[in-house]
Formats: sequence, structure tokens, C-alpha cells
Amino acid sequence: MSVPSPVGAPRSRWSRLRGELRLWRPLDLVGVASAWLVGALLVLVAASLLIYMGYKGLQYVNLDLLVSRPQPGSDQSQTGGILDPIIGTLLIIVIATAIALPLAVGAALWIVEYGRPRWLARVVESGIEVIAGAPSIAIAIFGLAIFQLPLFSWASFSADGGGVFGRSFIAAGVVMSLIAVPSIFATTREALLSVPRHVREASFGLGKTRWATIRRVLLPTVRPDIATGTALGMGRIAGDTAIIVLLLGATLQLQAGSDIPGIGTLQGTGSTLTSYVYNNSPTGEGNAPEKAYAAAFVLMLLIIGLNLLVAIIGRRRAGNDLPR
Amino acid sequence: MAEFPPPVRRISSEQTPNVVDPTNRNGIPEPIARAMAPAYGPERLRIDDVSIQYAGAARPAVNGVTLPVRQGEVLALIGPSGCGKTTLLRSLNRLVELTPGARRDGRILLDGDDVDAIEITRLRRRVSMIFQQPNPFPMSIFDNVAYAIREQAMRRPGRSVLMPRVEKALRRAGLWDEVADDLGRPALRLSGGQQQRLCIARALAVEPDVLLMDEPCSALDPISTGVVEDLIHELRANLAIVIVTHNLAQARRVGDHVAFMYLGDLVEYAPTEELFTNPRADRTRDYVQGAFG
Repeated sequence: MSVPSPVGAPRSRWSRLRGELRLWRPLDLVGVASAWLVGALLVLVAASLLIYMGYKGLQYVNLDLLVSRPQPGSDQSQTGGILDPIIGTLLIIVIATAIALPLAVGAALWIVEYGRPRWLARVVESGIEVIAGAPSIAIAIFGLAIFQLPLFSWASFSADGGGVFGRSFIAAGVVMSLIAVPSIFATTREALLSVPRHVREASFGLGKTRWATIRRVLLPTVRPDIATGTALGMGRIAGDTAIIVLLLGATLQLQAGSDIPGIGTLQGTGSTLTSYVYNNSPTGEGNAPEKAYAAAFVLMLLIIGLNLLVAIIGRRRAGNDLPR
Repeated sequence: MAEFPPPVRRISSEQTPNVVDPTNRNGIPEPIARAMAPAYGPERLRIDDVSIQYAGAARPAVNGVTLPVRQGEVLALIGPSGCGKTTLLRSLNRLVELTPGARRDGRILLDGDDVDAIEITRLRRRVSMIFQQPNPFPMSIFDNVAYAIREQAMRRPGRSVLMPRVEKALRRAGLWDEVADDLGRPALRLSGGQQQRLCIARALAVEPDVLLMDEPCSALDPISTGVVEDLIHELRANLAIVIVTHNLAQARRVGDHVAFMYLGDLVEYAPTEELFTNPRADRTRDYVQGAFG
């Protein structure tokens, strides 16, 4: 648009910026320029990833793919849809979150509000840090060793000889919950630490017990942070592959572990979108790259959705903040 | 609890806080005005040779302090920063125990009973506290007051049962008329002065015998401060009030007795006008005259 600027109008933003830049030291200019460059590069990488996946994914995603079950087949036209991986992903997210949420929030509450005995609190805290830093494949192989114990024969199906298979939604969900614990724990702990001491004391000063204070004052205060940590943890669960391959079996379809309805599915094996992508990817053993792209696209939408949720929750908390 | 007639407001220090004047506004000579001061009620709280030591500190934060707190009076604790006045205040409802490594010696008696022998949640309902920062909970105005009344974590009794008590507490704190139309509003949306009065309402809702105030106006503007000080005047009829303040003019406006503390020691305890106009200790005189602070 070329609208002639009125006479005497203030200088344009651009010329003002140029005037300002002239006052800068050369080294500062280089620094700022490289910061912008790196930032633009990162955006470029993220954007091209999104665009490429969107381009590849949208080509192959259709409703039929989303609602039909995967089938074995040597050609992509025969291999069906991705219904089972989608169900598997959601199931794993629900199971793992249901375990991780109370565990992580409880641990954070205990460490911040009680913290005794101190040595145990310190052990738990560094334990969670170790889990946060451990590669999920290491956690997975350890989990497999645990769930193959005869003790856990109820959690998956057993071979005729008595060997426990150790792979099921229960096993994968439990081990996967460890992946989500650190982020929920960290956000909850930080939020609790940032609640000023005088807010707790106001409650104690009214003759409330520590537990009443936790339930009626602290938990409502940190609820948005818990939600943020949980959404982040769900993202990590949805994105993990190693635990799925080792502990869920990464079978093509959901396979019930027993005849009991519902529970049988939990005892059985299945796959998630990540393991589906792995198994079908063009560089892996896969023979269905189009399906892999489609599944990866759906997975990415899921995770972007979770991140959006985080952003929305984060924005909502602004109005209801405590005086710091 | 026996009801006492509201004490006559001390005329001398009321509306002319900063004027050191042998006669007050009404032309009544100071000695006579002092004689007109209210007869205080019985002693509710006795601080008996209390010392408080924090772990790792070279000297005790509070050192052998003995003070009476009477029904119907305001006791103002003054002194420079770090003199132990807030620590002493926090020991009165045993809040100081929350600080790791804090140790208290000596006895604190509430109506003759050792506070250590009173169940802690019960003690804190009888000796309620207002803090320096307004600290309403992140819930509605109604729930802030109702939370104080409700037993521990329980939700019962219901709203209709609680309403009269919430209203009474908000009226006593002088906040009712400002918030009555929307009790469901988040408490954190109120102004600072309103938040502090909400905290006072919350503290009053448990019907305490003693009200502790830790610099309740230091985060407030002058107008809100005036409102809260008027409130303190009204409340002292039925309560024993202990207030910690940095503000000497405020101590003079609201205090009936003033205790001056320095480095953990109680230097002087006297009726307000006496301490300000005729201090016995040199250090008190230096402090109230602004020689140090």
C-alpha cells in the first residue's frame, strides 16, 4: 500500500530504528544480529517440520483411516487404518496420568509442606531427578524385568510353561507414569514454594491443621500449575516410543490378555501412534510410509493440542494470582 | 465471656496524633485526661518471662519479657527492626513454632491456662492473627470468611447456616456495605485496604478472645490505614488486642499501653501518653524522639 504520508508526519518506525542503531556499539550490534539469526533459524526448523509433516500427513489422513483398524498386509492399500494406535495412545495417557498425578502431587506436597524426615525427602527428590534424566529405554527395560516376575502374572498373559509375558497396557501404563512424574512434580513443587509463607500462616492462624490448609488453600492455589505440569507430562507420554515397544508389545491390533471384558484389554497388548510410526516408517522395517506420515501427523496434532491446553491454562491463572 | 462496657476513647491521643501538647484538643489537661482513661478489663493474656531463641543466633530474639494483655485494651509493641517484637507476637498463638529451630522458654497464660496445654487449633481460634501483608485466600469473599468458621477441611455446615456469621464478621470489620452485593467475587480483586479488612473479618469470624496484629497497616495507603485504625478502636471493647507497629504515630493513636523493645529486651512498658511524653528510660526517649530507629 502506498499511501502518501501527510506533511510533517512523525518519522517512520524504520528510520527511527536506524537512527537508534547508529548509537549502538559494533559488538552489541553483532550480538543482537546473531541472536535474531539463531532465533529465526529455530523458527525456520520448527516451521519446516510442521509444514512438511502437515503436507505429508494431510495427503494421507482421511476419516476412513482414523476409524478403521490396522490390518496385516504387504501393501499399503491393505493395511487398514490407525484406530487401534489412537485408542492405545489415549489408553496409555489415561492410565499413566491417573497413576502419575496423585504420586507426583503427593510427593511435592510432602516435600514442600512436611519435608520430614529430611534425608528421605532428599532421597525422593533426587530419585525423581534421576528418573527425569534417565533415557526411557533404560526405564523400559527395568520395567520389563519387573513385570516379568511371577508376582505380576495378573498384569499380562502367561505362556503355558508359566513364563510371564510382561507386556500389557497395565505394565506400559505403570512404567509410563514415571515419565510424567518429574514434570508434574516439578511444576507443583515450584508453585508450592512460590506461595508466600504468610498465606499458610494465615490459615494456621485460624486454627486450621496442615491438612486442612493443604486441601482448602494450597491445592486450589496451585491447581493451574498442576494442570500445566500434567499437560506437559501427557505430551511426554504420548511421545514416548521405547516403553511402548518394550512394554506394550507394539502389536498391530489390540489383543486382549484374558476373556474378562475391559480388564482383558488392559492385560493385553497393543500399540500407540509412536510405535505405529516406528513400525511403518520408511527407514525402519516398515512398508507403509504413507500411513506412518499420517499417524505422525495425528500424533503431532495431539501434542500441539496438549501444548495449547497448557497455554490456555497458563493464561487463565493470571487474574487469580496471590499477592507475592 | 463477660461483656465489658466499651471503654471511653482516650481523648488525648485520638485525633491529634503527632502533637505533643500538655492539653488536648478539648482543652482538658493531660493528667486529667489520663485519669479519664478507661478502666481496663481483667487480664486475658500474661506473657511471663518469655525468651525465644532461634537456632544459630548469637543472642535470643526475645529475652525474658513479662507483659500483661488486658481485655478492652490495645497493647502496642514498638521498637527498631529486629528487636523481637514480631517474634514475641508470633509466640502468643504459637506460630513461632513453625520456624525450625525456634525455642521458647517461659510461660504464656491465656485466662490462666498455659498456652502449651491448650490444643493448638483451639488456641489459634482464641488468639487470632492479622498479618503485615493482606493475605486473603484465593477464593470468594464469602468463602474466605466461611473457611475460618468451618471445622477444619469440612465443607459443612452449608451456606445458609454460615451466612449470618459471615455477615456479622464482615460488619464488625466494616466491610459489609462495600461487598454485600457480590460476596461471590474473588477476594483477590478487592483493594489492598479492603483485603486487609477482609482478613480482619476472617480473624474475627472465629470469635477470638485476643487479636494479634503484625504491622497491619504497613502495606496500606493512609486512608485505608485510618479506616483500619478506627476499626481497632471499635474492636477493643470486646477484645484484647496486641499490635506490632513500626509507626510511632500509629502506636500513639491506637495504643492504650505501649511496650518498647530493644534487642530482645523489654525496655519500658507504660500507658501510651506516659511513654511518649515522659519516658523513664533514656533509650525509650531517644527512640520516641527519633534519635534512632
